[in-house]
Amino acid sequence: MASLIACPHCGPRPKEEFTIRGDAGIVRPAPDAGEDAWHAYVYLRDNPRGRHKEHWHHTSGCRRWLVVERDTMSHAIHAVSDASTEGATA
Amino acid sequence: MRYSAFSVFLNALRGNKGWAPAWRSPVPKNRYDVIIIGGGGHGLATAYYLAKEFGVTNVAVLEKGYIGSGNVGRNTTIIRSNYLLQGNNPFYELSMKLWEGLEQDFNFNAMVSQRGVLNLYHSDAQRDAYTRRGNAMRLHGVDADLLDRNAVRQMLPFLDFDNARFPIQGALMQKRGGTVRHDAVAWGYARGADSRGVDIIQNCEVTGIRRENGRVTGVETSQGFIGCGKLALAAAGNSTVVADMVDLKLPIESHVLQAFVSEGLKPFIDNVVTFGAGHFYVSQSDKGGLVFGGDIDGYNSYAQRGNLATVEHVAEAGVAMIPALSRVRVLRSWGGVMDMSMDGSPIIDRTHIDNLYLNAGWCYGGFKATPASGFCYAHLIAKNEPHETGRAFRLDRFARGRMIDEKGVGSQPNLH
Repeated sequence: MASLIACPHCGPRPKEEFTIRGDAGIVRPAPDAGEDAWHAYVYLRDNPRGRHKEHWHHTSGCRRWLVVERDTMSHAIHAVSDASTEGATA
Repeated sequence: MRYSAFSVFLNALRGNKGWAPAWRSPVPKNRYDVIIIGGGGHGLATAYYLAKEFGVTNVAVLEKGYIGSGNVGRNTTIIRSNYLLQGNNPFYELSMKLWEGLEQDFNFNAMVSQRGVLNLYHSDAQRDAYTRRGNAMRLHGVDADLLDRNAVRQMLPFLDFDNARFPIQGALMQKRGGTVRHDAVAWGYARGADSRGVDIIQNCEVTGIRRENGRVTGVETSQGFIGCGKLALAAAGNSTVVADMVDLKLPIESHVLQAFVSEGLKPFIDNVVTFGAGHFYVSQSDKGGLVFGGDIDGYNSYAQRGNLATVEHVAEAGVAMIPALSRVRVLRSWGGVMDMSMDGSPIIDRTHIDNLYLNAGWCYGGFKATPASGFCYAHLIAKNEPHETGRAFRLDRFARGRMIDEKGVGSQPNLH
């Protein structure tokens, strides 16, 4: 993991201030979307080796939910944005 | 060559010039009956049991690095079968029984040491949970002993029994649990498989899987195309990367788990001890180093290295359990990439493709399972039906609501 995450509100902060939630790409299906859609939502994950978008919470800072694009092989952080600007996700 | 005290003696007299490499470095053939992707403990064990127990010898194990470079050499070498749930317990007990006979079976000194595993408990509720677990183990025919505070104190007097937050009340002990030299497990299985005709091909990374008419016909590798009758995935840590090649989406995330070795010390920890109030487990190797580990770092990672925050957390848990550790210096640490599954349990199953098999999702419990995983996977590949002790590890159990959630935390992989 990179040592710093550049929070769009607070600037570069130590990663210990942040809490990971997980994959930002999964979208909660409609209640009547069917078993396959719900199974995919609850259990299946993309898990790429390379760039991956995740939800991180700036728990010890502004307490905003962020979308962090991170490389799972090099741990480099490529982009950080506020989750509200990324549209509706889980 | 069969290893024995006599062969050591004879080779000593001949200036140790008679030793041959323990396995060959063959050029891959054009085609194999079975190709196993992943030359870790599970892949090598699978090849070994395929050849030895099921008579399937036209087998190749493809390893992208070298034998022992992955998770089989990156764990804390603990073996145990102290599981609670129905789907888990008989499987891990099969593994324990195979460990007990392994060295004679594959004629290699794996330093299997049944020194006992103690899980400490720190509250009445935890004692009750461990009592339940111990009873479940005994009902499955597995040894389990509930120790009180004094019994633990006699064995491990240096523990912090009166820790203000987490006083130690006792422990659940499995006497048959212990440690194994992990490199020797890889080498022993590799040698045993090789001597029965299996080709172990190192530095051979699979880059693609070729399919025709809904069946796998072979794999593209860094050493060219190799055809196969059946393809078996055993690439835990990187299972998703391989499964992506056949459009198979898995209920798995890859996470990094760190482990540590201290400087060499005189013998003082005789058993494997686990902290019940945090995630910490420790044993002492025969060289004297303390081998210990904790929890995963918590974020998706394919890098075989972790973060200092987790190092600090592991050290804090260790010192809370054994205050004397505060003066011990850590010699080295390393990270391994874990397939964290959605219920904390593994997958040994067929897939949506007829001749493609999947062995994945070992979370951080894969090492102890190596013999049984290899045995059950070999059974599945050879007979196309699951071994009776591994039949709960189905890929479709998530869709069918048949999770094996030993820890009871639900589908959040970084919590298992």
